[in-house]
Amino acid sequence: MNIDLGYVIEIIPELLKYLPITLYITIISMMIAVIIGVILSIILVNKVPVVLHLAKIYISFFRGTPILVQLLMIYFGLPQIFPIFNELGAGAAAIAAFSLNTSAYLAEIFRAGLESVDRGQAEAATSVGMSYAQAMRGIILPQAVRNALPATGNMFIGLIKNSSLAFTIGVTELLAQGKLLASANLRFFEAYLAVGLIYWIITFLYSQLQGWYEQRISKPYQV
Amino acid sequence: MIKVSNIRKSFKDNVVLKDISFNVNKGEVVVIIGPSGSGKSTLLRCLNFLEKADGGKIEIGDVAVDVKQANRAAVSKLRMQTSMVFQHYNLFKNKTALENVTHPLVVAKKMKKDDAKQMGRDLLKQVGILEKENQYPISLSGGQQQRVGIARALAVNPYAILFDEPTSSLDPEWVGEVLRVISGIANKQKTMIIVTHEMNFAREIADKVIFMADGVIVEQGTPKEIFDHPTMERTKQFLKDFHRQTEVHHEFYGENTKAMLM
Repeated sequence: MNIDLGYVIEIIPELLKYLPITLYITIISMMIAVIIGVILSIILVNKVPVVLHLAKIYISFFRGTPILVQLLMIYFGLPQIFPIFNELGAGAAAIAAFSLNTSAYLAEIFRAGLESVDRGQAEAATSVGMSYAQAMRGIILPQAVRNALPATGNMFIGLIKNSSLAFTIGVTELLAQGKLLASANLRFFEAYLAVGLIYWIITFLYSQLQGWYEQRISKPYQV
Repeated sequence: MIKVSNIRKSFKDNVVLKDISFNVNKGEVVVIIGPSGSGKSTLLRCLNFLEKADGGKIEIGDVAVDVKQANRAAVSKLRMQTSMVFQHYNLFKNKTALENVTHPLVVAKKMKKDDAKQMGRDLLKQVGILEKENQYPISLSGGQQQRVGIARALAVNPYAILFDEPTSSLDPEWVGEVLRVISGIANKQKTMIIVTHEMNFAREIADKVIFMADGVIVEQGTPKEIFDHPTMERTKQFLKDFHRQTEVHHEFYGENTKAMLM
């Protein structure tokens, strides 16, 4: 057996230079996904006519097809149909694919979160003169967010790792750099181990942060 | 005064309210009794548009609304005229006892935070639960939650307060304290409409009793008229059934439970 752990440590700084790209793609995608997800979930909860069916088809498509297929379709496929998409860079295509895909999952998570808050509280808010928006903001959403947070966090962790798929369309992020180093030095195991370790540490740190936050916002619900 | 005229309401094919009309004078306490499924709660919920009636007119204080033509602004204006105490309390679970009272004041009534706090504390004191002001609903008993619910309903200072079976989901041991709080408010000349199954309480507190069955008002009058000299057969039957139940209850649990129900 011939593992060069020194090499693993040696290339980590080299890899970390590309961590910002990974984080950038992940965080921007997540933010866009949350916005689309919130809109979709409100459509689902309120059963807005016509749009409801479109939303359901959207969700079904993006949950029902592989994310890699979606990524390739957007980057290589769309420009053939609509030439304007030739302008779309690889990074932007990756962000588009990840946010559309993640939003479909988030829509269902947020819907469940909203529906987990009993109707009675909304009625009570209405009965003391609060508007729908006021009830949403002050009463329903804070509780829905709390209920949806664990599942949303899982989606985020999934997204951090899925962002590595961006290398397939030529975005140089963490994995792409690792692949480069691996083939340059022919130390595949060490290079990919180093890449894996970085993902692991990032997701671990994120889990800690989320755990702390969940604890914090759960206070009202503990006896 | 409150003037309810010709309210009708169906859920799909199920007719729940058939042409309901009644009046409540300012400062009057009206208790609505009747068998389960008679439409009492639905009627109450139509008054603040938690359910939209199919037709009729609702006038509360100086706001009059024709149900069919009601737009959003009219509905919200009418809602401001009442507040409601719910069977399941429906406290805001992410707010403390005090915040449950103050939050609507701050966001809906645009009251200053400090003023709202002051008022909230006064009301919590009035319902006897000030020492729990910083506790969240989950750590309060049913009776305590309902008293917070009553304080919240009082805070917005509406023309009338609607009570939708306020003690029906309480453990028997808490019923008395909640009823006492409600009696306390009634003594302050607050206009109230109360749906309840507590007959002794109804007799004590009501200026007027309305007996409903199968979606219509069968009979209305003073507590004495309704409880002691009912004229309609349906009312007599209901009261007879009720008395039989309580007698069984007393035989089973002993006489002292009667005092408790008071």
